[in-house]
Amino acid sequence: MLNASLKELAARLSAGKLSSVDLTGEFLKRIKALNPRLNAFITVDEAASLAEARAADALRAAGRATPLTGIPIAWKDIFCTRGWLTTCGSKILSNFVSPYDAHVVERLKAAGTVSLGKTNMDEFAMGSSNETSFYGPVKNPWDERAVPGGSSGGSAAAVAARLAPAATGTDTGGSIRQPAALCGISGIKPTYGVVSRYGMIAFASSLDQGGPMAKSAEDLAWLLNAMAGFDQRDSTSLNREPEDDGRDLERPLTGLRIGLPREYFAEGLAADVAKAVDVAIAECRKLGATTVEVSLPKTRLSVPAYYVLAPAEASSNLARFDGVRYGYRAPRYSDLMDMYRKTRAEGFGAEVKRRILIGTYVLSHGYYDAYYLQAQKLRRLIADDFRKAFEACDVIMGPTSPTTAFNLGERTADPVQMYLSDIYTIAVNLAGLPGMSIPCGFGDKGRPVGLQIVGNYFAEAKMLNVAHRYQKATDWHLRLPPNI
Amino acid sequence: MQWEIVIGLETHAQLSTRSKIFSGAATAFGAAPNVQACAVDIALPGVLPVLNGAAVEKAIRFGLAVGGQVSRRSVFARKNYFYPDLPKGYQISQYELPIVVGGSIAIRVGDAEKTVRLTRAHLEEDAGKSLHEDFHGMTGIDLNRAGTPLLEIVSEPDLRSASEAVAYAKALHSLVRWIGICDGNMQEGSFRCDANVSVRPKGSDTLGTRCEIKNLNSFRFLEHAINFEARRQIEILEDGGRIELETRLYDPDRDETRSMRSKEEAHDYRYFPDPDLLPLEVSEAWIEEVRRSLPELPEAKRARYVAEYGLPAYDAAMLTASQEMAVFFEDTLKHLPGEPKLVANWLMGELSAWLNRSGLELAASPIRPAQLAGLLARVKDLTLSGKMAKEVFEAMMAGEGEADAIIAARGLKQISDTGAIEKIVDEVLAANPKSVEEFRAGKENAFNSLVGQVMKATRGKANPQQVNEILKRKLGG
Repeated sequence: MLNASLKELAARLSAGKLSSVDLTGEFLKRIKALNPRLNAFITVDEAASLAEARAADALRAAGRATPLTGIPIAWKDIFCTRGWLTTCGSKILSNFVSPYDAHVVERLKAAGTVSLGKTNMDEFAMGSSNETSFYGPVKNPWDERAVPGGSSGGSAAAVAARLAPAATGTDTGGSIRQPAALCGISGIKPTYGVVSRYGMIAFASSLDQGGPMAKSAEDLAWLLNAMAGFDQRDSTSLNREPEDDGRDLERPLTGLRIGLPREYFAEGLAADVAKAVDVAIAECRKLGATTVEVSLPKTRLSVPAYYVLAPAEASSNLARFDGVRYGYRAPRYSDLMDMYRKTRAEGFGAEVKRRILIGTYVLSHGYYDAYYLQAQKLRRLIADDFRKAFEACDVIMGPTSPTTAFNLGERTADPVQMYLSDIYTIAVNLAGLPGMSIPCGFGDKGRPVGLQIVGNYFAEAKMLNVAHRYQKATDWHLRLPPNI
Repeated sequence: MQWEIVIGLETHAQLSTRSKIFSGAATAFGAAPNVQACAVDIALPGVLPVLNGAAVEKAIRFGLAVGGQVSRRSVFARKNYFYPDLPKGYQISQYELPIVVGGSIAIRVGDAEKTVRLTRAHLEEDAGKSLHEDFHGMTGIDLNRAGTPLLEIVSEPDLRSASEAVAYAKALHSLVRWIGICDGNMQEGSFRCDANVSVRPKGSDTLGTRCEIKNLNSFRFLEHAINFEARRQIEILEDGGRIELETRLYDPDRDETRSMRSKEEAHDYRYFPDPDLLPLEVSEAWIEEVRRSLPELPEAKRARYVAEYGLPAYDAAMLTASQEMAVFFEDTLKHLPGEPKLVANWLMGELSAWLNRSGLELAASPIRPAQLAGLLARVKDLTLSGKMAKEVFEAMMAGEGEADAIIAARGLKQISDTGAIEKIVDEVLAANPKSVEEFRAGKENAFNSLVGQVMKATRGKANPQQVNEILKRKLGG
């Protein structure tokens, strides 16, 4: 059952061979057994999960089930879930029980999914290793000395260790794709605007996008169909006709043009990752695709542009955490300013403070033009790069991350080194494009390697098609971590 | 040295929409604290703003009414600062690209007319309220007002005295009510001004250092604050001092302004475009639709009153000072066609004076246009003399009923029957041979005395014009 796809689980639920209570109970048991080692979950509430499972079973008995009814999923703790602690990995929200559901949560709940718990994450999604979480780092199920990636590290580890059949994540600069790669699972960040941000705690509003994390492209398609859709409460949500992103899963890859960006296979890419990615691309050729070299010359500017824009937006988005209305408030203070200072000094971790400071600085009078406006210009140039590249190809492929999972503590002292682990993913967010990562082998240390697939705007169905055909031909996505 | 005062006003007009500018919560005034604050207003984690189209429509109305340019594309920005009643830690406002650019407002001070240029008008959200009383050393926060839509209207520094500033604020106040975008209720804070005041030697064309006086919520405070501030600045300069750029508060109890924060303490608001809101696009078609829905504006009405009714410019200006006044005038005229000047005189004269004395607004007038027309009809057909009309008017204002009923009840009908008046004149002439003689000897006063006698004999009811004519004829004949 650990490797059963959502489709298989749905079929068994539908046939009455399995109840949601049993299925949910099975995963809760695994969480109980393995979470103390992995720290993938911040909040687990067995009683609440089982109550949802019973409700799902009742719906099915009443003949009102959808295919997803009764399937348990884990929520990244960035999604507001009514009645559940919603911490965003931060001390400052360590006592925040959300009074409402995020749009994505509403939609999946409406489809009948069961909440398995809230997964660990880098504080406010700021991090690439899950080490900035107030709740401690998550361990990579493939090697517990290694990080799971971030910021959706808890979701990635939970799916990799089969503590949940699927999970949700968010991706601002690679936060779905990079941990998916480092943990050997599949994850997709849709085109900006496809999934509503309402109820998803904001890090960098113009870059944040929610998406599913699961074992396979097919599962991603199922979940994405349920998550996506217009939401009038999010002004950046796109009002488009709903589409079935799983419609092309089985289409042969014959004639598919894969763009290989020269810059993604250059200096900085670890040899073991390059090797696995090359083999994966060769597999795609065998499946009928052709490859063409493309160039994304501005990629190297995406990290500096991102580390101006994302902190700028974050410095403002995080201003609401002031101890006045909800969340953590310093226990002792002398006046208003002191209350603000102590609350935020005690409530935020070092990485969050670093980014608030950077963001505040780049928006300051006299620096705005030099940093923020320049970064916005770079953003347009980066999007132009992709536009040109997509004239010559249908999807772009390359490594998701330059290395496999690094060790805990290895990069915490050097933020720039840490930021560079997102070098291949960040440009996709800046351009607003959809991107995904699927497992494509292992590196020298036996740690997973991720293959990144980037599509043009709204090309999710095509990307999932490519990933699915690849996964039909390979079994990397079905490998289980040895000690789990 | 002769000093010139230079003033520019920033006015916040609360737009009269049912719901807030970025959420669905109600905007009604006076609810219990925090019951009109939804998840978006209290800035829960994860919530997002959605722009209220009705607020945009009202901003467009304003832009068209002042002859400004309505931007086809404007941008909402975040103004970042910490304050307990600012839930998000930033205010959503418009900064570099406002919805309205330019435009002007015509004002009158005494007989002088002046056009005040507007810099811009932009949409923004209001903050909540901090409550410092009844919390035992703590501060209460009421977020009912948070997210209320505001239009901030910024004038050029075109005003040169407190009275010009007041005239401008009144004209603006009248206009926003006229076009139905703001209820103008100053007690409830629906319309409030910040004044930027500086002084300079007369004749200079460079601006002096300004001070901004915050939150003036009455015309009187506005006038007093500016006068105090200008005197303060002049005194400093005449003593050889320097004006510091700062924000000041007006204290009405002491009638003075006090420093609130200096330039050094000024916030760096770190404005940047709000990534949660797309740029606001306003189509030409929408602008045209709004244009068609606008009522006749004060300027147009004023010109029409002069051209169509032949009213003096002064009268036209007075009658269009507020929409209530113009509507009262036009409604009265409907009942009394062809008498615009008579209606104007009474509206601007007796009725306004009475309301002033009673401290009432026109809307609270005890008589409506139909009643006033009823009275003026009796003036027009000479049933009432001017003096008698005033008596009837007072009775009407005291609630005694319609003009005709009062005239009948008090027996106030004017005597316009020539024969009747001639008879009385003959009697008066016969009874006052001395006055007649004096008149014939060239004493003009004697004539007035004879008129007085006739009026006395008719208890004031004789038509004075007829009395004059008949007397002249008889004495001359």
